Amino acid sequence: MKSLFTLRINGEDRTLAFEHSKTLLEVLREDLDLTGTKHGCELGECGACTVLVDGEPVVSCLFLAVEAVGHDVTTIEGLQHGSVLHPVQVAFAEWGGSQCGYCTPGMILSAVALLEQNPHPSRDDIKEALAGNLCRCTGYTKIIEAVEAAAGSMTDGRRLHAQAG
Amino acid sequence: MPKPASATAPPDAEPVSSPRRDRADGPAQADELHIIGRRNLKYEHLAKATGGTKYTADLKLPRLCFGRLLRSPYPHARVLHVDTRKAEAMPGVFAVISGADLPERYGIMPSSQDETAFAIDKVRYVGEAVAAVAAVDELTAEQACNAIEVLYEPLPAIMSIDEALDPEKPRIHEDQGGEGNIHKEVHLEFESPEVGFAEADHVREDEFFFEGNTHAPMENHAVIAQYELHGKLTVWSSTQTPHYVHRELSKALSMPTAQIRIIAPPSGGAFGGKSEMFSHEVAAAALARKAGRPVLIELSREEVFYCHRGRHPVRMRIKTGVRKDGSITAMHFQSWLDGGAYGSYGVATTYYTGALNTMPYKVPRYAFDGVRVFTNKPPCGPKRGHGTVQPRFAIECQLDKIAEDLGLDPVGMRMRNAVDPMSGTVNGLRITSCAVRDTLRAASQRTDFQARFRKLPFGTGIGLASSVYMSGAGLPIYWNPMPHSGAMVKIDRGGGVAIYCGTTDIGQDSDSMLAYIVSEVLGVDPIDVRVCSGDTDLTPVDLGSYSSRVTFMAGNAARQAAEKLRDLLLDVASERLETPRERLRLGGRRIYNRDDTDRAIDFIEAVQAAEARFGTLAAAGSYTPPKLGGKYKGSGVGPSPAYSFTTAVAEVSVDLETFELHVDKVTIAHDCGRAINPMIVEGQIEGSAYMGYGEAVMEEQVFRKGLHKKPSLLEYKIPTILETPALESIIVEGPDAEGPFGAKEAGEGPLSPVIPAIANAVYDAVGVRFDATPITSDRIMRALDRAKREGRIAEPAALAG
Amino acid sequence: MLRLTPFTYVTPASVAEAVQLRKQYGDEAAYMGGGTDLLPNIKHRLAEPKFVIGLRSLREMQSIVREESGGLRLGGSVRLSQLEHSPLVRNEYPALADAAAVISSPQVRRVGTLGGNICLDVRCNYYNQSEHWRRAVGFCMKKDSEICRVAPGSDRCWAVSSADTVPVLLAHGAQVAVFGPAGERLLPLEELYRDDGLVPMALQPDEVVAAVRLPPPNGLRVVYSKLRIRMSFDFPLVGAATGLALDVDGMVRQSRIFLTAVASLPMRVRAAEELLIGRPLTDELIRAAGDQVFRSTHPMDNTEGSIPHRKRMARVYVERALRDFARANPDA
Repeated sequence: MKSLFTLRINGEDRTLAFEHSKTLLEVLREDLDLTGTKHGCELGECGACTVLVDGEPVVSCLFLAVEAVGHDVTTIEGLQHGSVLHPVQVAFAEWGGSQCGYCTPGMILSAVALLEQNPHPSRDDIKEALAGNLCRCTGYTKIIEAVEAAAGSMTDGRRLHAQAG
Repeated sequence: MPKPASATAPPDAEPVSSPRRDRADGPAQADELHIIGRRNLKYEHLAKATGGTKYTADLKLPRLCFGRLLRSPYPHARVLHVDTRKAEAMPGVFAVISGADLPERYGIMPSSQDETAFAIDKVRYVGEAVAAVAAVDELTAEQACNAIEVLYEPLPAIMSIDEALDPEKPRIHEDQGGEGNIHKEVHLEFESPEVGFAEADHVREDEFFFEGNTHAPMENHAVIAQYELHGKLTVWSSTQTPHYVHRELSKALSMPTAQIRIIAPPSGGAFGGKSEMFSHEVAAAALARKAGRPVLIELSREEVFYCHRGRHPVRMRIKTGVRKDGSITAMHFQSWLDGGAYGSYGVATTYYTGALNTMPYKVPRYAFDGVRVFTNKPPCGPKRGHGTVQPRFAIECQLDKIAEDLGLDPVGMRMRNAVDPMSGTVNGLRITSCAVRDTLRAASQRTDFQARFRKLPFGTGIGLASSVYMSGAGLPIYWNPMPHSGAMVKIDRGGGVAIYCGTTDIGQDSDSMLAYIVSEVLGVDPIDVRVCSGDTDLTPVDLGSYSSRVTFMAGNAARQAAEKLRDLLLDVASERLETPRERLRLGGRRIYNRDDTDRAIDFIEAVQAAEARFGTLAAAGSYTPPKLGGKYKGSGVGPSPAYSFTTAVAEVSVDLETFELHVDKVTIAHDCGRAINPMIVEGQIEGSAYMGYGEAVMEEQVFRKGLHKKPSLLEYKIPTILETPALESIIVEGPDAEGPFGAKEAGEGPLSPVIPAIANAVYDAVGVRFDATPITSDRIMRALDRAKREGRIAEPAALAG
Repeated sequence: MLRLTPFTYVTPASVAEAVQLRKQYGDEAAYMGGGTDLLPNIKHRLAEPKFVIGLRSLREMQSIVREESGGLRLGGSVRLSQLEHSPLVRNEYPALADAAAVISSPQVRRVGTLGGNICLDVRCNYYNQSEHWRRAVGFCMKKDSEICRVAPGSDRCWAVSSADTVPVLLAHGAQVAVFGPAGERLLPLEELYRDDGLVPMALQPDEVVAAVRLPPPNGLRVVYSKLRIRMSFDFPLVGAATGLALDVDGMVRQSRIFLTAVASLPMRVRAAEELLIGRPLTDELIRAAGDQVFRSTHPMDNTEGSIPHRKRMARVYVERALRDFARANPDA
């Protein structure tokens, strides 16, 4: 059944109609053109579709869009404020945390949620937090380094500015 | 098993051409490099971190509809009848096509034209495409697929190498290959190995098995096709070889290539799994043509396992002769490849299981017999390290055994046998730059290997292996004398630089590589550069992102194009600055006198003066490998303009109660000639090592009851961040005279040695050999139980009872 | 891309309303906690509900509360990540936190619920596959065929109970509060499970697992160990919850051993439990208990991993836990 819903996505209220049986992944990508959220398995087995719901990473392929009503959804597109990027985004770019980049949005969102909870994570904390995001390119090494660098830069209180694109 | 009939190579089979030395002497000397060798930001470095990169399935077109393929539920069956009428009549269905609509045969290798877009007479594996539907949405397409009636007559399935070698069994292809289900047989012999075995002090024969595995890129294959009524077709596809898709699609659709445009958007990983045309690409194009609207097909993860073209399962037998000091006198290598249902790249794979075995150790006498068979499984093809990973596992494990037999240090034995720079191999391969000894030294010293090998407590171990890989194949897949890579560079009068090149960025950062090289030559910042890649309408041909060819070949093509423009800029700058060209350098968006750096003109000024003098500033460059290889049938596989060399050391521990294998660390030293960007090279080394780790301990593409046993990312295990070992990469530089700024490959070679290094480390840990992959807990348990029963290992407390 | 089949999603305001809705819609309706089990099953066309009754937002099922007995009442919609991180659970029932922490991935644990894990459909690698794959294998007894593909001569379904939290809850002697048309009934969790892959739960279709009640540990310590190929995402190939309480003199006062992923129900190893009671934890006794576990474990070839290794690990995990207990009580 298609009904009209209001979703709060990246701080914006978006009112649109969708089937109850649509996953958040489908609505984000296909109805809202937020294609930064990727899909790799649609069964919760890879983490490419990770988004934040109320600040917590979930797999959007196993999350009904209708159940997101009343919650704050953050996608990779919502991490930047104007042309100012989140330090984790900058660190991924600077430390070679992305190769093909397909796992990157989900990986970054998991890392952002970690650093919100734990600004000084150990290497094991980082691994635990990213254990639901598969990467096939990097061997994870540069991803871990990027998260560590981001934690450092956030702790230093340095404001990282970067021009998008 | 068929007995090989030996064919001896002609005596003059070793024309090793001398390396060209004329490239590294341009104006940009190593000590003056501004861009190359630095940890620059990647091209469009923030796009991937912001969700801005548009992969194929992220693109949207007006009136886009959804395609879906109906796939075979039988591993082997005759297709008696396909009736699509019910599907066509369903509301929301725009087009239905099946085998009869697309009868043209194609195949990536000219000698293996054995595929059609949809099965026509027979299906040959579960998952083979039979028909396709375009509909208003995917659910409607699914229902329409279910409404297609297909009448099958099941046939016995051939599911193993042994069954395939049995001439009594039914044939999968009546008109391909030889007796039984043999697809390809290769027999080569160089310098009479029997003489070498007679000279040897020690001869070892071992058998190995390398299990098949698959690429599992994070992005499932996707394609969008749009057909315009004026007769032009545009296809966006997640492919690493747009040029080959261009050629093959033209054949499958019976449509001139001139009317087809293939665009390869950034790919979400490929690793060899997207390097030829697939049914879904033909289906999207044909459906778009029939439906009159653009069609998107996004494969499910399960379908990606059916596309496969991954690592062949290979059974191998090696006989190696050595002298007491460890020097190799001869090798006879035999391989049997389980090819799956179609040819794919399999002819090349078969040769590759033999071609690079004469490196990185000197093998003065060598014979190779290879057999590839058809089975009723998804076709195998090239995966990272194409066809060389399996024999490297076997050879490096056997060398470890030989070293032990002779009481030799495995590093020293490899050092003794290592090939030399500026040399050749018995099978006619030319070796130019070669730092294999440096990689051995670097990896073993970093890990204190010799002090720890065979000295660690029971249950922990350290192992080592080396390897070689190509910087692109010396010959193209289809024979032609044209360049393997072309690039165009255009300079805008505002100073912006555009590069057009047919390369495909699959995450290896080939766009960055092009930007760095052109920026270095022209003295601009990479941010001044735009890269347009992977578009058959706009970019010159590059053969594709496979066989680690892109940096070497497209890098050289782009360098050549940029140098042509640089020369024009130097002409005008030389006049303006009244300085001889030889003294001029480019860098920092200036052209300056190297002896008086204040004597300079801005890049833009030079550009405008040059455009005024010479007209539009655009130039093309191309790269064609030198003539390489021996003069025998099959000599086309193996030659490369340059080889990379790698040594890996693995440190492992085995839980003696649960038999869980932990790979604690892998250290990889890789000779990449010169690192154009060390950060990106490290990423390639680490990624390769990760993938090798997965293949060594958990990945397997296996079948049961004619079906893929694990077609999901839950069941097909790719390592997560938690068990992936610590990876340390060491870049070994020894610039190659022909590589762009000295660069060689880094994206595939570092995978190979990781697997035998792990196997050798497990032996060091528990005293039991693993001659088959993957090394699972179950296998470790069985092997330790057996060894204990047979009294071959001492009984540590943890194993007692 | 895999798609869900169309359904109407309804959100009851209370458990009672949920049950009423289920009654109203009949067998076309399915309850959904986090959805991490149901939604993949719909995508695989193992279930095609026309109505989905969402339980995740029911406040009455979301809390962890102290009971008068001193034990805890855990709501059915408590998320697995809550179990993992709750200080109450972590301090008093650490094995439950451990078990929750090794389920699937962090993202799935943030959505998946305790009730969902308790009601996790039994799994089989001939069953948890796409419709295309199952058609190719000829379907199976659990869906669309009469034949069990694991044991084709068998007249029963051998799908495997695969929940990680359940053996721990059972070792703690948990009770379960089941809410149905007649209101709430309380029963031992153990009675919820049946040794039958086709109908693995003794739950009426309209009943909801509203809560789990854990008695106070009273000296019972439980250890949970899980075999899997990867440290994330993977279901157990075998999991063992070993619970033990010792007297002051080191004699075993209470023992409860449950295995997951080796049978269609969470399997209790009574023979091993009985062997331990009233005895000190000697190496010999531990070996004997391990032998019982090994002999009682009969996994089928329908999960990942091998039968011999899974069987052996059942023994190893129980013995390791017992050895840990013995070490923690050197007097024993």
